[in-house]
Amino acid sequence: MAAAAAVALFAYSGSANAEPVDEKLVIDGEIEMITKTAAPEGHPLDEVLSGWLFRTKETRALEADSFQNPGLLGVEQGEAIWNTVEGSEGKSCASCHGDAAESMKDVGANYPKWDASANRPINIELQINKCREERMGAEAYKFDKGGQKPLTAYIKHQSLGTPVKLDLSQGGLQEWWEKGKELYYTRTGQLNLSCASCHEANSGKYIRADHLSQGQANGFPTYRLKQGKLISIHNRFRGCIRDTRAEYPAAFSDELMALEVYVTWRGTGLSVETPAVRQ
Amino acid sequence: MASKPRVKVPKTASAGEVITIKTLISHNMESGQRKDKEGNLIPRKIINKFTAEFNGQPVFSADMHGAVSANPYMEFTAKVQESGTFKFAWVDDDGSVYEADANIEVS
Repeated sequence: MAAAAAVALFAYSGSANAEPVDEKLVIDGEIEMITKTAAPEGHPLDEVLSGWLFRTKETRALEADSFQNPGLLGVEQGEAIWNTVEGSEGKSCASCHGDAAESMKDVGANYPKWDASANRPINIELQINKCREERMGAEAYKFDKGGQKPLTAYIKHQSLGTPVKLDLSQGGLQEWWEKGKELYYTRTGQLNLSCASCHEANSGKYIRADHLSQGQANGFPTYRLKQGKLISIHNRFRGCIRDTRAEYPAAFSDELMALEVYVTWRGTGLSVETPAVRQ
Repeated sequence: MASKPRVKVPKTASAGEVITIKTLISHNMESGQRKDKEGNLIPRKIINKFTAEFNGQPVFSADMHGAVSANPYMEFTAKVQESGTFKFAWVDDDGSVYEADANIEVS
């Protein structure tokens, strides 16, 4: 009996000791970030936590210093694209929107949004494509190609520190939220795992040598040390689904857009961290 | 394939102060150990040398080898006695040199 109790105690301290850490993220000692907050109404968890809290000390330090954060290289690239004229109309993003620090401030914290003309939700990537096609007379970026990731990162970076908040009352967004929720809890692939199996039921525990986070979307596009570059949210969705050994849906497909709506909502109240640094 | 390097040097300092210098450059740092889809070795292409000079005097340099990660970040300290210019250079395997400089006002 005593032995069994000791084993149980050991197992408990083993899984709960290290992560998530109880620390504050302050970027450059100036911008205080919300990495922990009460969950929105209807959320399965009491508290939502940023993935930053689940990373090692070294990785956390990279994000806390905007100079060391290699994702900022992508943001700088995005700034150059913002000011570059492309397409038949002779326009750049700046021609219409001016200074992104003003016009795009806090904008990224409220996407995905409802797009009435397409009758479906739209994320920053698709909004950029819409502008390119309709206003600039330029070709839409293919998924993760051209300037898509750096430009998305640049736009979202203008919301650094702003809490994520989606307005689900727009158009049919609530229905897409429901659809995303269903997908989140649907087991898939040979390994028969759902998003919730890892990120809800087992967050904080090890998956091989890595800690499972709550799988929040507030830091995307995120700089992953594993790939050494910026990674988009749909790329990460596909990576996760692939790891369950399932066939994964196309980027920007209805499935992944619904999932983005739902997963982004799950992180309501967390600061936008783009570009976050993860391993 | 490297973009403009980023450097961070304090704008002002007092004479004899030890300052921290940070540099970051975007580079693939292809190690020469990896293979492409057809199984051919991808040739090595890394930044093999980094140097920092202050008013023409060398202050810091580093030789880099195949295991350095992409987008190498360098942080080091230097003691400054007078105002002047830091010059930084990154030498690529193909011979190209990426440069950056930064001024500091010392009082």
